[in-house]
This record gives sequence, structure tokens and C-alpha cells, in this order.
Amino acid sequence: MNRIRSLFEQKEKDILSFYCTAGYPRLEDTLPVLKALQAAGANMIEIGIPFSDPLADGPVIQESSAVALANGMNLAELFRQLKDVRKEIGIPLILMGYLNPLLQYGVSRFCRDAAACGIDGLIIPDLPLEEYRREWQHNTEAYGLDMIFLVTPFTSQERLREIDDCSTGFIYMVTAAGTTGGSIGSDPETHRYFSFIRDQQLKHPVMAGFGIRDKTGFEQVCAFAQGAIVGSGLIRVLQEYPAKGEPVIREFVQSFL
Amino acid sequence: MTYAIDKNGYYGYYGGAYIPEILRANIVALKQQFLALRDDQAFNAAFFGLLKDYVGRPSPLYYASRLSERYGAKIYLKREDLNHTGSHKINNTIGQVLLAQRMGKRHILAETGAGQHGVATATVAALMDMQCTVFMGETDMARQQPNVEKMRLLGATVVPVTSGSKTLKDAANEAIRYWIHHPVDAHYVIGSVIGPDPYPAMVAHFQSVISGEIRRQLMEQEGTPFPHAVIACVGGGSNAAGAFHHFLNDKEVQLIGVEAAGKGVDSGYTAATIATGSTGVIHGSKTLLMQDSDGQIREPYSISAGLDYPGIGPLHAYLHETGRATFMQVTDEEALQAVFLLMHLEGIIPAIESAHALAALEKLSFTHAGPVVLCLSGRGDKDMDTYIREAPAALKTHLP
Ligand SMILES: Cc1ncc(COP(=O)(O)O)c(C=O)c1O
Repeated sequence: MNRIRSLFEQKEKDILSFYCTAGYPRLEDTLPVLKALQAAGANMIEIGIPFSDPLADGPVIQESSAVALANGMNLAELFRQLKDVRKEIGIPLILMGYLNPLLQYGVSRFCRDAAACGIDGLIIPDLPLEEYRREWQHNTEAYGLDMIFLVTPFTSQERLREIDDCSTGFIYMVTAAGTTGGSIGSDPETHRYFSFIRDQQLKHPVMAGFGIRDKTGFEQVCAFAQGAIVGSGLIRVLQEYPAKGEPVIREFVQSFL
Repeated sequence: MTYAIDKNGYYGYYGGAYIPEILRANIVALKQQFLALRDDQAFNAAFFGLLKDYVGRPSPLYYASRLSERYGAKIYLKREDLNHTGSHKINNTIGQVLLAQRMGKRHILAETGAGQHGVATATVAALMDMQCTVFMGETDMARQQPNVEKMRLLGATVVPVTSGSKTLKDAANEAIRYWIHHPVDAHYVIGSVIGPDPYPAMVAHFQSVISGEIRRQLMEQEGTPFPHAVIACVGGGSNAAGAFHHFLNDKEVQLIGVEAAGKGVDSGYTAATIATGSTGVIHGSKTLLMQDSDGQIREPYSISAGLDYPGIGPLHAYLHETGRATFMQVTDEEALQAVFLLMHLEGIIPAIESAHALAALEKLSFTHAGPVVLCLSGRGDKDMDTYIREAPAALKTHLP
């Protein structure tokens, strides 16, 4: 059974998803953070694979990536940590990572090991569609992984169709021109963009991401998309996790409900 | 003349455009504009007009007789150091800012290592009345201070970059992130043959004026357009790409790129990408790069800010793989010796980057009588602090 599809079937709106960086704030925090997010009511989680040069990320996620790398996180370690994740986590899990570390690990090995841990989907922000079709698609299909692509305010209608055709799972609507950790606009142009995406009758559900940091932002985008992904906001809260423990995560997640 | 690039911007396996979706529309528009204008008469008239009257091209092809005597070969220096702003970088900058102007952009972004590309960009932005923001690693700002002041005086905003090794790679990251935030009004002028398609081909095209001139000048001075060898330093590889370009199909012309070995290829403090790198993706391009076994990009090291880069243009990865070009490695120490030798023998103070190409002369043996052309990519004004600091030791060991 595909966990992502059944999530969107069971819950058509206000899907609350979080992004956390693997191995952050401490190397062994990955699994406890996932558990705390699920327990507090998260519907889906993206696990970020840290990279030395995260081009699409703002300072908060950059910093978490650098800390995770210094902690010793890498793909072999991540798959070790996630080996039994499905004994405890039932919600959809997505791996998000830049292409280069995945290439070094090996495309088919990466897909195989991700699937073996029970990962449901992948987001690779710098993977071109052509290369996906050529070198990835047969692997993701063979291992039953969904492939999630991003659309932005500058994605043309034609390109949007192409992305919708290529995607499995859902489509990731980047809220604005920017890296992660910005804020969402309430200007007419943003409104026009969100409405445009909503009205396209896409085959796939849409999740909004980038710049959603509180309930107001969440509600704003949920008027147009099936749900939203909260990243930098959570990472900021996780800085306090070693000192304060699971309650900081619970409070943060519940502030969106 | 172009070299084996396919319609998606690949040189063999290398190249392409590995960028976040948000920049795709920009890259597509840029490629269309470049392909439309590269053969456009009015555009080329503006481009070559500025190269002539503003930059001072053609740059001389100077027969260096004392250097020739020392190495037993006919050595010509292609004097890119005599260009306005002091290096080859301005050739590309003029081309790209003209292009940006036609695209209606008002704001020019650049990354810089040595500051030469930053100064060239700030200069052309002033000339064409555009806003200019230059990203520069803090480490580089400290070691190339005169260029930081020049950029500021020319009206550019210099943004210190504090991430990673605080050098060229990190400056390019920040420039790309800024562009992600300002995709409509800004154009990012990449300073070398790196980055997503169409940048490598576009920068090589604008720099190819170097080898076009070399052919004509050699014809006049030697009666043949073909040198025996062309030598150039390689950071990202733009002066090398420009110096090689019109010889790529002339198989008898040896092409030699020289990378910065830093403290030594195996020392862990190096920027020698061909020697120590493997295939991966950096700054939007699939190419050779320095990385660890997890695919994390390694922090490079070189005394030369302009060569202190963990990747190399995809064209060069391809030239290396096919054997069309040979790549050599030169340490900090060897480059410094070459600086003082050129000062002493020819009265020319080269940029520390260009000195890497000069130092390769020590390692090559010339049995062929044909002329050797070395691209003297820039002048050493920006490196005076380093030269003054390093002079005594280097002078003691290496000058007669
Ligand atoms: C004088 C000079 N030469 C060479 C380079 C290296 O760049 P590229 O490899 O693109 O020619 C630089 C870069 O800053 C430079 O300033």
C-alpha cells in the first residue's frame, strides 16, 4: 500500500508536514525527532540529507546541514538509523537531498536502501526531469518510491503539465521566489500564483512549502493546496531540543492545529 | 567554432543544467537570448567595439626573448594582463552585461575569487549604468584587498560571504541564492566556464576572442596560425577555454591546462581538480570536482584566490577525458618562483593565477621548434601584499 496516496485519500486538506535534517541537532536525534513529530500530530515528514553546498536553502537549513555533517551524518549512517523506522513510524516519510551525495552513493543502491527502510518518496531539487527519466525513473518505479518535483511562480503552464505528468505522490508548490526560510507574501501576485496552481486540475495533490512558519501561514496556503510543509521553523525549534526535549516539538506541531 | 556540445549543453557526459526549478525559466531565457545574439551583427558590433576601444584589444602577443632563452623554446605571452581592469575576465563581462541589457535586466550579480572578475563586472556595470552586487568570500577579501576597494569605489556592493571555506565556491553559492530571490530583475554574470548550461559555452564564446587573436597574430609574426602548444592556468577554466577555443580542432596544437596544486597534490591542501577530483555535480553542472566519498564537496586550497575552486568547467573535464588537453599541477611555491622569475627576466609582474601557467614551463621539455603561446591571464597588482611578503625567501632560492 502506498502511504502517500492513502494519506491524500484519507485527508483531503490541511495536511501538515514537516522537514527535519537527518542527524540534527545531534547525530542520534533523527529517530526521536520523527517519533515526536508523529506523536504530536504530523501527517508526513521530509527527512533532509545534509549536503555541504545546499543551494536552495536559506541560512537556517544551511546551518543545520553543516551541524549534521559535523555530527557525522551520511547516507550509510542514515539508513542504519532508519533500518527499523517502520516499526515505530506509520506516516509517510520522504527523503529530500541534493543530487551529488546521491550520485556518489549510487542511484540504484540509494533507491534500494531507501525503499528497504520504508521510505515512500524522494525530493531532489537539482535533478533535471530529463535525467530523472533517463537514470532514475526505472529505479524509483522498481522500488516503489514516489518522485516529487517542485513548481515555482516562474513555472510555465506547459512545464507545469510536464511536471504533473512526471510526478508521483504530490507536487511541491514553492511559495515564492526564494530559498527556504523566507516568508510567504500576501500580495496579489502571490494570490494569483496560488490560484493558478489550484485551478489547473492537476492529476496530483499539491503541498505548499518554503516560508510557512506559523498557523496563519499554514491556513493561508491551505486555502489553495492540500497542505503544507514546515521546514526552517521546525529547525529553529529543534535547536532547543537537546535542552528541553520532546515537549518543544509537541508544542510547535500543535501550534498549527 | 564550437566543440562537441549537444543541444542540452553537454560535452560528452559533462555539463547540463542541475538547478533548482526556480532558476529554470532564467536559464532557458538566457540560453535563447545567447543563441539569438551570438551571431547578431549589431550585438557583435557593440561587443567587439567595446573590446577594441574600452578594453584595448587586441592584446599584444609578446615574444618573450629572455624567457625563451631560458627554456629553449620560442615563448610568446598573450598579454591579457594589459586589458582594462587587468585580466581576461573583462572579455566575458562585457559580453554578458550587454546580453543582460538586451534582456532588460537592471541588476548585475557576480561571484569573485581574486576580485578580477568582480572588478571587471563592477567596471562594466558602471559603464552601462547598472546596479552591481558582488559576492566574495571573507578569506578572499582579506587576501585581495585592493580589488575590494576598487569594486566599492566603482559603485558595487561587495557582500562578504562567511559560509564554508569563505572562498570562491561559497561566493558562487551565495550569488546563486541571491539570484533565486531576484530572478526577474537580476542577471548573474558567472566569471568562468562553470555553472549550468548555457554558461560554460557562453563564457567560452566571449573568451574565444583570445585564441582568435592568437591565430592572427602568430600568422603575422611567425607565418603560421598554429602554435606548437598553448598553455593556460585553470581555475574554472575561462582563460584556458578562450585560449584553446580556436585550436580545439587543430590536433597538432598541444593544449595544456595548469591547475593549482596548493601545498601539493597529495597534501590535502590543493585545488587540483583534475588530479584529485571525480565526477559529480557542482554549481549546476556535471563535471569533475573535489569531493569526499560521501559526495560532500571538499574545501579547496591555493595561494591563488582565482584558482581556489573545487570544480572545473565541464569542457575541461571533457578535454581531459578525451585526451585532447593535458593538465598539469603547480604548487604555491613553484608559482611564486615563476612570479619572481618573470619580473626579473621580462619586467612583468604577473597575477599569481597566471604564474601557475608560467611555472609549468619548468616542467615541460621543448624539443619542437614551433612557438609556444602562454596566456598571461592577468597582472599582479592585486597580489602585491603576497609578493612583498614572499619576496625575500623566493628571491634567495631562485634568482641568479
Ligand atoms: C588573472 C586570473 N587568471 C586566471 C583566473 C582563473 O579563472 P579562469 O580559470 O576562469 O581563467 C583568475 C580568476 O580570478 C584570474 O584573476
